[in-house]
Amino acid sequence: MDKKEYLDLYYQMVVIRRLEERAAELYQQGKIGGFLHLYIGQEAVSTGIISVRRPEDRVITAYRDHGVAINCGVSAKEVMAELLGKATGCSKGKGGSMHLADVSKNFWGGHAIVGAHLPIAAGLALGDVYQNQKAVTICMFGDGATNIGFFHEALNLSKVWNLPVLWVCENNKYGMGTAVERASAVPEIALKADAYGMKRDQVDGMDVIKVREVAARMLEEIRSGSGPQFLEVVTYRFRGHSMGDPERYRTSDEVRKWQQDDPIGVYHNYLLAQGIATEDELQKTIREAEEEVEEAVRFAEASPEPAPEDLYKHVYVSETC
Amino acid sequence: MARITMREAISQALWEEMERDPKVFIMGEEVGVWGGTYAVTRGFYDHFGPDRVRDTPISEAAIVGAAIGAALVGLRPVAEIMTINFAFVAMDHIVNEAAKFHYMFGGQMVVPLVIRTVSGGGRQLGATHSQTPDAIFAHFPGLKVVAPGTPADAKGLLKAAIRCDDPVFFIEHATLYQLRGEVPEGDFTIPIGQSKVQREGRDVTIVTYSKMLDTSLKAAEELTREGIEVEVVDLRTLRPLDMKPVLESVKKTNRAVIVEEGWKSYGVGAEVAARIYEEAFDFLDAPVKRVAQVEVPLPYNRTLEQMALPQVKDVVQAVREVL
Ligand SMILES: Cc1ncc(C[n+]2csc(CCOP(=O)(O)OP(=O)(O)O)c2C)c(N)n1
Ligand SMILES: [Mg+2]
Repeated sequence: MDKKEYLDLYYQMVVIRRLEERAAELYQQGKIGGFLHLYIGQEAVSTGIISVRRPEDRVITAYRDHGVAINCGVSAKEVMAELLGKATGCSKGKGGSMHLADVSKNFWGGHAIVGAHLPIAAGLALGDVYQNQKAVTICMFGDGATNIGFFHEALNLSKVWNLPVLWVCENNKYGMGTAVERASAVPEIALKADAYGMKRDQVDGMDVIKVREVAARMLEEIRSGSGPQFLEVVTYRFRGHSMGDPERYRTSDEVRKWQQDDPIGVYHNYLLAQGIATEDELQKTIREAEEEVEEAVRFAEASPEPAPEDLYKHVYVSETC
Repeated sequence: MARITMREAISQALWEEMERDPKVFIMGEEVGVWGGTYAVTRGFYDHFGPDRVRDTPISEAAIVGAAIGAALVGLRPVAEIMTINFAFVAMDHIVNEAAKFHYMFGGQMVVPLVIRTVSGGGRQLGATHSQTPDAIFAHFPGLKVVAPGTPADAKGLLKAAIRCDDPVFFIEHATLYQLRGEVPEGDFTIPIGQSKVQREGRDVTIVTYSKMLDTSLKAAEELTREGIEVEVVDLRTLRPLDMKPVLESVKKTNRAVIVEEGWKSYGVGAEVAARIYEEAFDFLDAPVKRVAQVEVPLPYNRTLEQMALPQVKDVVQAVREVL
């Protein structure tokens, strides 16, 4: 990686952080409705992984998708506009926070039914194999999703058909308020891959460089025909599950402990310690990121609502066929 | 025109579409080596090979889910769910994914997917394997639901479904595979979303689809002997529902009977009757009548099962009652 790339990872993580902090404010003001699941604390996961994907590699994730969208190259403007339900949003205001997507960026969504996108990820990869395209599908999901049937059907199918999928479990320790040990018979999530004869690894999700390195290796192996692989990324969400979570299931001590490993802070120190960037350069990067987010908020607020006739648009490609 | 069975018609449609477009492929349980649970894909595996006739594990959610994924990236999968009773395990992917993506992501995703499945009772398979829950699937905007009652319609509609850019839930009836009918030679499609008058008559309109078309036509024959001329409108597609031929017919006959194999409550008949009342109330000379399955889980015992399913005599009786 050259210096520019190092700084770009930093920039992306700060954009995600700032964008979500602003989104939380806009939510409190009633400008964002529905559910809003923040990625704060987990930024290193998707930033690290997606930094080593190739343009032809497909990305699909769950509803905690703002960061993934940004990392895939969806502009902060389009993300923010979607959160505000505007016509300029990446899903034209019809998807909302949980259903961001940009097919042109090979980002196949934001999916809000826990685990349901895993079989779809297998299908994306099947499509590539069928059409002789060399691409990997990166499928991200939470620890909670490993307890639903879809997970098991999809992993099994991907192995039986030797599909090029990188399964990425973001183990942030909780599914809503249920701790992993209370929900998963095998709390060491990565071990679940063994049931499907799949190569697996586990990585510290608070360290973007470590995540990046492991993901790069696994993606390369999958490209060379290893079949699907499974990566557990150990991470933590600093905020509630969604907005308005009373967080009775964990202590503030626990949260504070994890916050000492803030992925942006960890990376900040790394860049300084390695002599890759100066404090001034990082501060400048932060300002640029903040500017982009403020611009996105302005854009989103000024954007038009969807037209009333859009209500009826896109139910079908064609009513008659 | 050739006189062929429903099974042959469906099989031909699949075969021709696979020959025409390499992006069309089949996936499902026992579709390949076995040749299809209902022998629809016999010979396909040897001809098209394992990549295009893909045997899957018993994973209905993954079958539909993976088919959606493949459809998203440009393929035209025909996913087979062995029977409609097992589609409940894949309900999430049918309802929350296939039917939603085009709309929910603002038009940028397209799901050209066909789910073929088999509905219907009458084979003594007991309550879990004999349901006709077609109406449930027709509830969801974003999904198209097709249920043909003749070999010609099955062939033309299945070919249209495969070429359609929207997800289509294609319902075949378990006891219709041997039904014979005239099917045009060569390549043809029938547009999805068009009801059709399958028999003309002036006295009463029967609205029906799938297996009950055959039952209704038999009832109509019987009633002819009494001098009653029944018009039979076949819905063919449950969503989008084409009421035009139905309403035109009702405006002519002023009487309507709706015949469906599924349960009456919240069913196809309920929907069609409501629309007739909404749009042709003034033309009716009698209340609309519905013939449907009695409201019990279908029993195994042959006599009881037949008692529960709508029979020709039930249709005849209903027609007499509206006259
Ligand atoms: C099938 C299904 N069941 C329940 C829910 C409600 N729900 C939304 S998120 C969630 C917890 C998921 O936890 P996890 O997979 O660990 O993801 P995280 O929120 O931690 O990122 C639940 C139960 C849902 N969306 N879908
Ligand atoms: Mg979790």
